[in-house]
Amino acid sequence: MIPELGQFALILALLLAAAQSVFSFTGAARHNEIWMTAGVSSARGQFFFTGMAFLCLGYAFYANDFSVLYVASNSNSALPLQYRLAAIWGGHEGSMLLWTTTLALWTVAVTVFSRHLPAVFRARLLGTMGLISIGFLAFILFSSNPFDRLIPAAMDGRDLNPLLQDPGMVFHPPVLYMGYVGFSVAFGFAIAALLGGELSPEWARWTRTWTTVAWMFLTVGIAFGSKWAYYELGWGGWWFWDAVENASFMPWLVGTALIHSLAVTEKRDAFKLWTVLLAIFAFSLSLLGTFLVRSGVLTSVHAFATDPKRGLFILAFLALVIGGALTLFALRAPRVGLGGRFGMVSRESFLLTNNVIMVAAAGAVMLGTLYPLFLDALGMGKISVGPPYFDTVFVPLMMPAIFLMGLAIFARWKNTELPALAIRLKWAFAVSVVTALILPLVMGKWTPLISLGLLMALWILTTAVVSLRERLLKRQGSWLTALINLPRAYQGMIVAHLGVAAFITGVTMVKGYEVEQDLRMSPGDTAQVGSYQFRFDSIHDEPGPNYTAARAHFSVTRNGNPVTVLEPEKRMYTVQTMPMTEAAIEPGLVNDLYVSLGEPVSNQAWAVRIYIKPFVQWIWAGCLMMAAGGFLALLDPRYRRRNKDQQEGEKA
Amino acid sequence: MKARHKRIAIIVAGLVALGIAAALVLNAFRSNLVFFYTPTQVSKGEAPKGTSFRIGGLVEQGSLKRAENSLDAHFFVTDTVQRIEVVYSGILPDLFKEGKGVVAQGKLGADGLFHADQVLAKHDENYMPPEAADALKQAQKAQKTLEAK
Repeated sequence: MIPELGQFALILALLLAAAQSVFSFTGAARHNEIWMTAGVSSARGQFFFTGMAFLCLGYAFYANDFSVLYVASNSNSALPLQYRLAAIWGGHEGSMLLWTTTLALWTVAVTVFSRHLPAVFRARLLGTMGLISIGFLAFILFSSNPFDRLIPAAMDGRDLNPLLQDPGMVFHPPVLYMGYVGFSVAFGFAIAALLGGELSPEWARWTRTWTTVAWMFLTVGIAFGSKWAYYELGWGGWWFWDAVENASFMPWLVGTALIHSLAVTEKRDAFKLWTVLLAIFAFSLSLLGTFLVRSGVLTSVHAFATDPKRGLFILAFLALVIGGALTLFALRAPRVGLGGRFGMVSRESFLLTNNVIMVAAAGAVMLGTLYPLFLDALGMGKISVGPPYFDTVFVPLMMPAIFLMGLAIFARWKNTELPALAIRLKWAFAVSVVTALILPLVMGKWTPLISLGLLMALWILTTAVVSLRERLLKRQGSWLTALINLPRAYQGMIVAHLGVAAFITGVTMVKGYEVEQDLRMSPGDTAQVGSYQFRFDSIHDEPGPNYTAARAHFSVTRNGNPVTVLEPEKRMYTVQTMPMTEAAIEPGLVNDLYVSLGEPVSNQAWAVRIYIKPFVQWIWAGCLMMAAGGFLALLDPRYRRRNKDQQEGEKA
Repeated sequence: MKARHKRIAIIVAGLVALGIAAALVLNAFRSNLVFFYTPTQVSKGEAPKGTSFRIGGLVEQGSLKRAENSLDAHFFVTDTVQRIEVVYSGILPDLFKEGKGVVAQGKLGADGLFHADQVLAKHDENYMPPEAADALKQAQKAQKTLEAK
């Protein structure tokens, strides 16, 4: 019964999404309050029923209802409850439902927090989001229905892929989707602005809040995923330039460009068209990413051939959204206008350059990700693009971007004098270069790449320090209160940029100084890795809820002093008879100690990976700092003015 | 006139920068493409010498041999028609198993062996890496046309 209820709720949600669009757009066209209000109510109803469908699917997983095909293929009665619930988004159909539910959530948030927007604009925004909802709900109902029955019911489920049975699975997809789908709001704002033919600095201020929130979620979501890969895949990498990762990275790059370009649109009324275009691209890439990861096209382009309906729908939907938005852009762009002018050396020009670099980087990632798919789809052979491609493209692209990042903080809007900039930053530059050259020598190994990486991180750090110093010299009262009293937007920018510095430091140190050893070890053996001794004490069997594990015991010492005990596992998941490596990690501020078990290579001996990963935690800490910077910036009073507008709007 | 010259100069500079960036990207792209060959193609000598490429197929039953005192491994990758001997030193992935699909990346040595620096097996017991599946399909097709003749 419950699955049918879910199915029914989905149908109602689809109808309400249609109502949301029709009422909103008609209301906007006729300036009719009643129609527009009906649009808002439909949007809320749509959320109610989408959420209900989601809960119904959740219940089917909770109750182990293996008469539902999707549950039977992604869950098992022995699966612990938290993973049964996370299994809701363990496959294609459920992921699509999560996507739609997230979209409905954002839509409802827009209806609640947008009373300050002009009614017509708000109606167009909701209408656009309704169109996207229609697309996704129709896709689910017609080609990816999670409520399809399996008759006769399976005795038990085929289990969730053991790789996904991890706390990461509980958090990573919903947070990532909050980010992906959040860009739909920015997209809606862009379309509404194009329809109205007007784009004011106020528009940018409204859009900025939403975009920043979405970008924060995306940042944290990607960081979660990276961390998960690091400890779960058992080979200690944190980023593989895998198509699945690239799919989330492309919208992040464009989204990052977007939040910076929105800043210019708000402050200077410039970059208007560019901002709109970025909003369209960011969301288009989110869509592309969702489909890439979830449609099975990556495992085989021929997945489309086995289910042509699905593939056709996806291509048509992408073409409609992207093509429609760009057509509207082409038609309306001249009316929106270019906006304020600026000099060749100015904060605007620096930001624009970095924007272009971010988009170019996204383009390079896209080339490496999609080209093999195209070639395969056309039957022109199978190729793969190696990670070295992405590395060789990224480093040179990011160098000028990072350099400008430091400069842009100091540059004035409209026009700035280069010599003055040079004088203000000469110390920052000198300190960065000298430290970057010497520090690797102190640490015992010098390569150009390590120096370069440190230089970039140090440049961000020193410019931030100089900027803070300049501001704080004008202070009244103590340093601390002055620091707290700085504008929130400025604090946010500094924190986020320092996050980039922390991230670069982590990447540089791991790449430069990691120690990786694959060894053959028997119980009793000791291995010297870096300055640590790893002793393989013993190994024993340990039963788990739906697996049996071989758990090893390693004692780690340094110069005879005990450091820690690490217990990596090799698990055999019983339902799918699939082995899984569970690495044991001792995280630290400067070093991660990492041990994972390979396979047994004889009666006694095991293949063992022992890694020392310096500063690897800084990578994720840096991402969290970037997100925290976004959060600080949102606290800026000028966004709170909105609440005042809102209250006044309600009074009126 | 002066402002216009300046603008043209900016546009030209921008285009040049973009052109250089595009050239760098495409160059890096071309030199990092990894092509895929089936065991049959490799034994016919179609695979390149000295550059890295991928092979795919099944790990032949009973072919995996481990060295006594190191992590060196020997095994055959087969597409059911031809087989290639692969040498690899390191830890094999969790799902590496005799009789299952595998993809290896590496170079063909002067000794005729395939020296793999990467061995991939995907994360699903039933699921075959697309390259491996492709190799098997091509081999079967070739077999059929042979029999038809």
